Amino acid sequence: MFLQQLINGISVGSVYALLAVGYALIYSLLNFTNFAHAITVTIAAFGCYWFQALITPNLPASLLAGILVAIVMGIFIELFAYRPLLVKKARRLYLMIVGLGVSILCENLMIIVFTGRVRVYPEGFPTDSINIFGASVGLIDLIILVVSVLALVCVELYIEKTRTGLAIRSSAFNLEATALMGVNTNRLILTVFIIAGLLAGIAGTLLGAKYTTYTSLGTYMTNKAFIAAVVGGLGSLPGAVLGALLLGITESFVSAYISTSFRDLFAYIILIVMLLIRPSGLMGKADGDKA
Amino acid sequence: MSYWTGIATQVGIYLIAVLGLSVLCGFTGMFSMGHAGFMAIGAYTSALLSIHLSMPIWVSVLCGTLLATLIGTLVSLPTLKLRDDYFLIVTLGVGEGIRLVIQNLADLTGGARGLTSIPGGVTIWGVLVIAVLAVVFIKLFLSTKFGRNCIAVREEELAAKSVGINIFRYKLLAMVISCALCGLAGGLLAHYLNYLTPTLFNMTKSEELIIPVILGGRGSLTGTIVAGLLLLPLPELLRFGSAQEWRMVIYGLLVVLVITFRPSGLMGNKELTLQNLKKFLAGFFLKNRGQAPDGKGDSV
Repeated sequence: MFLQQLINGISVGSVYALLAVGYALIYSLLNFTNFAHAITVTIAAFGCYWFQALITPNLPASLLAGILVAIVMGIFIELFAYRPLLVKKARRLYLMIVGLGVSILCENLMIIVFTGRVRVYPEGFPTDSINIFGASVGLIDLIILVVSVLALVCVELYIEKTRTGLAIRSSAFNLEATALMGVNTNRLILTVFIIAGLLAGIAGTLLGAKYTTYTSLGTYMTNKAFIAAVVGGLGSLPGAVLGALLLGITESFVSAYISTSFRDLFAYIILIVMLLIRPSGLMGKADGDKA
Repeated sequence: MSYWTGIATQVGIYLIAVLGLSVLCGFTGMFSMGHAGFMAIGAYTSALLSIHLSMPIWVSVLCGTLLATLIGTLVSLPTLKLRDDYFLIVTLGVGEGIRLVIQNLADLTGGARGLTSIPGGVTIWGVLVIAVLAVVFIKLFLSTKFGRNCIAVREEELAAKSVGINIFRYKLLAMVISCALCGLAGGLLAHYLNYLTPTLFNMTKSEELIIPVILGGRGSLTGTIVAGLLLLPLPELLRFGSAQEWRMVIYGLLVVLVITFRPSGLMGNKELTLQNLKKFLAGFFLKNRGQAPDGKGDSV
């Protein structure tokens, strides 16, 4: 029971991590929270579903299609919602309001187009479970865990080893100075949105397979992921992963040993307690820019 | 009560909540995504007190208002010194958390099925008087030192701090006022509708409360009121089909367009007064004749 819940928790946590890293990446560069992140997740799940329903029920191809849709959505949001404001050097608050506007707009548009029905992929992951040291673990949870870890490692390698990654790291330090060094920061910001979209796409397609696909899937999950990012320290990638795993495991144990209805409440309690004792998060920089 | 009086009463009640948010978001510049939660506290507290302790409704509404203010203040304390993002996500968390608590305390609150047979007694006239009093109160508040300091905090925190304004205190003050007005509106709603369900106070409701402030003008009380009067009746008027979703789609689009092209909202910092209206009209007609009203207009 214990081990089973632990693995479940890590599996859920790894999905949170995919989303939390998306938040952290954008935050580290631009110092604002992308409140339109949720719709990239939902649209990925729907992309995956419709690919299977309309074109061919092939799981790997549909996952790719879903991820692609999410990336396109990410680019779209950056170019049409944030870019005009970023060019004008608008205040951070305006960027967040626009993000909220975009998310209200798209979420309701999706309710109209896709209706409130809950959908199941025609061809999902195997529903078997396997035995690990006496704990029965769903195969889908293991697949989610492996895929998420692989994706996170790839992003980490990309940021640590490539030239673009170097540019991202330096912009996280100081965006203006990086621009002065001859880096095209507009393109860099777009790249970051693409990475965030990619991760959200992976998370969305997997979540759509595990739970079902419905229009508030993204909002529900990204709220948790944002809490994870705050708990880990906004803007810190390792912090985001740590916070996400912590949240996933806590939720898993709370729903197993206390009550499933308290699971969501618990996430918010963790958030508020964290802000009370250490507002900069587990691994955040305690800089003076918080005011 | 006729259909139209019913709509007018609800608009009045929600306008009180919007006025609260106008102080918080419009004038002090802090965005909240959870004020429907504080409405819920006011509503459920007042309803339960009047049902179980058979309190007169004005006492129970007052208690609901106080509790909403107290909880709102306590939860916002740790975030007021942080960046706006933190405040936003904490209010979102608190709002959703309150709704979840109400849903799970089914024995007390009726859970998802809702709470019924709440004593009525809120009339359109009562709501109207309270709404007008709220407007007058905020108008007076904004013309005092406290209100002006709140605006200074919104405009430039660092500058406000450097002239000796205690930013924390004014953010707290704005939060107290907004929670009180939301709690009050919640209490009135409970005794007007005679039933309550947790879905009345979900995140969409919080969004609906803040959108009139964004669209109307974040520094304009009259702008917010006009936007509120235009937008708040819509949920009732568009009750059929998928009109609700289209309404939210259009709200979202409007928010994006307004922020992109006119970030301070439609009215900006201007108040709709007779004088400003006259000036605007004069400027409008004179400009059409190729003449600026005050000699500076043609450079714009």
